[in-house]
Amino acid sequence: MTDASMDSPNTTRHATSLMATDARTKKRANAEKRFRAYGIVAIATGLFFLIVLFASILSQGIPAFQRTVVSVEFTLSPAQRDEAEGTLFKTKAYSDLFIGALNDQLTESGVTVDFDQDAIERLLGKVGGTIRTFYADNPDKLGEAVQFDLAASSRVDGYFKGRVSRDTLQDSRFLQLSDLDLVDALKEAGIIKQAFNWPFITGADSGVDNPGGAGIGASVVGSFFMMLVVLALSLPIGVAASIYLEEFAPQNRFTDLIEVNISNLAAVPSIVFGILGLAVFIQFMHLPQSAPLVGGLVLTLMTLPTIIISTRASLKAVPPSIRDAALGVGASKMQAVFHHVLPLAAPGILTGTIIGLAQALGETAPLLLIGMVGFVARGYPDGFVAGFTEPNSAMPAQIYTWAARADVGFYEKAWGGIIILLMFLLTMNIIAIILRRRFERRW
Amino acid sequence: MPILWLFLIVLAIAAVGYVSGRARALQSAGGDSRNLHSLPTYYGANVALKAVVPAFGLLIIWLLAQPLYVSSQVSEMIPETSVKEGSSLSLVMAEVRRTADGLNNAVAAGVLSEDQARNARADVTDVTQRLKDAGQVVTSEITQPVLRAAQSYRAMNSTGYAIMTGAVILVALIGAAISWFQTHSDYRARNVVEQGIRFLLLAAASIAILTTIGIVLSLVFNTWEFFKLYPASDFFFGTTWAPSFSGRGGASDLGIIPLLWGTFYISLVALLVAVPIGLFAAIYLSEYASSRVRSVAKPLLEVLAGIPTIVYGLFALLTVGPLLLDVFGDNGLGWMKAGTAVMTAGIVMGIMLIPFVSSLSDDIINAVPQAMRDGSYGLGATQSETIRQVVLPAALPGIVGAILLAASRAIGETMIVVLGAGAAARLSLNPFEAMTTVTAKIVSQLTGDADFASPEALVAFALGMTLFILTLGLNVFALYIVRKYREQYE
Repeated sequence: MTDASMDSPNTTRHATSLMATDARTKKRANAEKRFRAYGIVAIATGLFFLIVLFASILSQGIPAFQRTVVSVEFTLSPAQRDEAEGTLFKTKAYSDLFIGALNDQLTESGVTVDFDQDAIERLLGKVGGTIRTFYADNPDKLGEAVQFDLAASSRVDGYFKGRVSRDTLQDSRFLQLSDLDLVDALKEAGIIKQAFNWPFITGADSGVDNPGGAGIGASVVGSFFMMLVVLALSLPIGVAASIYLEEFAPQNRFTDLIEVNISNLAAVPSIVFGILGLAVFIQFMHLPQSAPLVGGLVLTLMTLPTIIISTRASLKAVPPSIRDAALGVGASKMQAVFHHVLPLAAPGILTGTIIGLAQALGETAPLLLIGMVGFVARGYPDGFVAGFTEPNSAMPAQIYTWAARADVGFYEKAWGGIIILLMFLLTMNIIAIILRRRFERRW
Repeated sequence: MPILWLFLIVLAIAAVGYVSGRARALQSAGGDSRNLHSLPTYYGANVALKAVVPAFGLLIIWLLAQPLYVSSQVSEMIPETSVKEGSSLSLVMAEVRRTADGLNNAVAAGVLSEDQARNARADVTDVTQRLKDAGQVVTSEITQPVLRAAQSYRAMNSTGYAIMTGAVILVALIGAAISWFQTHSDYRARNVVEQGIRFLLLAAASIAILTTIGIVLSLVFNTWEFFKLYPASDFFFGTTWAPSFSGRGGASDLGIIPLLWGTFYISLVALLVAVPIGLFAAIYLSEYASSRVRSVAKPLLEVLAGIPTIVYGLFALLTVGPLLLDVFGDNGLGWMKAGTAVMTAGIVMGIMLIPFVSSLSDDIINAVPQAMRDGSYGLGATQSETIRQVVLPAALPGIVGAILLAASRAIGETMIVVLGAGAAARLSLNPFEAMTTVTAKIVSQLTGDADFASPEALVAFALGMTLFILTLGLNVFALYIVRKYREQYE
């Protein structure tokens, strides 16, 4: 505060002009500026972190949506097929045919480069097998020209995206320096190119050795089934509990106990809910491990406090005059609540529920404990009931699995998965905001 | 899915009960609903509720009780001698369950006929072979007692479920019938239904209590099991954390001190990042910022709170870690060995906590009445002097409460430390070294392949218990401080 004191008259004070700022005023003014600057710096730092976070997500995640494909036009006559089926190493015969076709295309575009079968295998994996199964499944395509889009191996993909460079590459059984010459030649001929990575969005997880083939689709489905469980359980239970606490609960110890429990559960670390799920649902009730049903149950218990708190707020926002009017025309208490208060509070409840669901969708820690991580989600569940009970992964658990794998190629997938996860969360939050804007009533 | 069918059957009974109850009420009133005590729908709802609620109650209790009963019965059948050295009854029971599941799946797949699965004199090797052919995972070799136990486990379960189905449907029918006969124009259906709904609402509210009880029981029981296998004093005062996965029993050192130290250290770094930034941001937003700046900056900061923790974990592992390593690593100052360290996890966790601190402090600062600021300005204080000497002291209990809540968040945070802090448990003061926390070790002890009965897995429950008590204590303490020291300005 100021040191201006009334009772100690200071004669020297009057010597200076009011217009000239003295040292002390200057000091105080500077302190004021500094304090203000701290605040601005703090906010700027916070926003800077936000920008860095999103920049690193976008810059490292977007490459996951691109993949490198080798597209080769390939024609197989029935005679060639019979010949290949007649040899001892059938897939070898097919891949020889493929290499022939590739060579033709290369010479057509005027590029010459030497390569052998091993190089093709390092670039594209087992081509022969792929082609053989294709023709076994589609015999009617024999004799026609077929465009094959074959995914390049993850290291070649990395070469295109700058993850692998000629300087740092060491010859290994995965990729050799000479292969990159072939890749460059193919690129010049327009045979190898970048394409949008649909398999990443629709596909399922691959094994630990194949980052290129990993997709997030199956775990999106797993998350979807989990959210169905959460919605089906936490919305009715949460709304019922809030109605009881807000409208009917008498003032007694039991009500206090419930209130204390809800506020404590809201602060319990999520990993503890995972322990609860493991001990109760899996150890004690023997529900299937890694199943979206169990994940949904755990997340329901975790989201309930959030939903209860927001539902109570929106019930509280409905003015008492509505209740009084309903009671006044002869409605019972229950009728007043269910026919009048609840519909008016519905937009608020819905908004709270969506935000609670968004929170549950991004939660990872409890899922680790109920076994949604060790499991490799290789395919979609078959059928609606199986979607709940069959082992599956969930989006955040899948991202964690990728992040924990040794191959650097999976990091890109993890960032890509995060972009998809954040898009879901963004959509849900935007829906919540729109609902609030549109239906919120101010009394 | 027989339980799904049971569910639907009970609902169907309720639907039929609803229609017939309503019709009966109207009939007894001579078709004129004005002669009824309640609206006709209440009579229908009365019948439906009385069919559904007791039936589902029975279903839930049965589903919980039957596994307990069957397990206790079956485990009595297993002779002492078949429990191998170094194994335990619960392990054998797990094997029994696996075998029973295998038998079920084999029957479903048609490899094994129902008779063969039930046959008590079946040849063990033959059944094992058939199970393996059916692609069922069967542990090494099934022994005779295990197969017998599995067979009776299956039998008891299937009879149990059969009885349950009958009993649940019966209860639903009886409930519907009784209430149907009660239905009469003078019957106070609305009051009964409303009473019932009130009871259901209360039950929904009680789930919060049940959850807490579930958490506490699951932690306490397993912690108790752990302390039977491992001395509590070594757990609480041991300074080394070195679980072994191969050996059992005394081979592991499971001292919690290094984990608590790691937790504490990382949380401290996080708070050192979050509290100054969050607090100054809150002060600026509530005291200086124009409403336009506020309406942009506040939601943007809060975006940080809405981002899932797995994103922060990846951010720590792949962005912040390598960045710090460039500066402090061997190419820079040489303090850091790897990207995962206390600093990495701490800084990222701090970023996560910024909006937590700023929003809570913002609310608290806004709650300080304007009259106090005006009084201070009137005495000639500048804005910053007012904030430092009037507003902040008034808001201090609330701010301390907010910081404590943020600390409890930091202690319970899992994904950031699992990915960003490293896995080595050590007692060190160097913030650039990898350390690990209680939460990270809960994850690593429970996601491995160790069986639930070993101390290496059970220790996770003791860690969870510690974590639960720690965070609960911090929360209660925060609330206490806020309540006790809050200035009342009304």
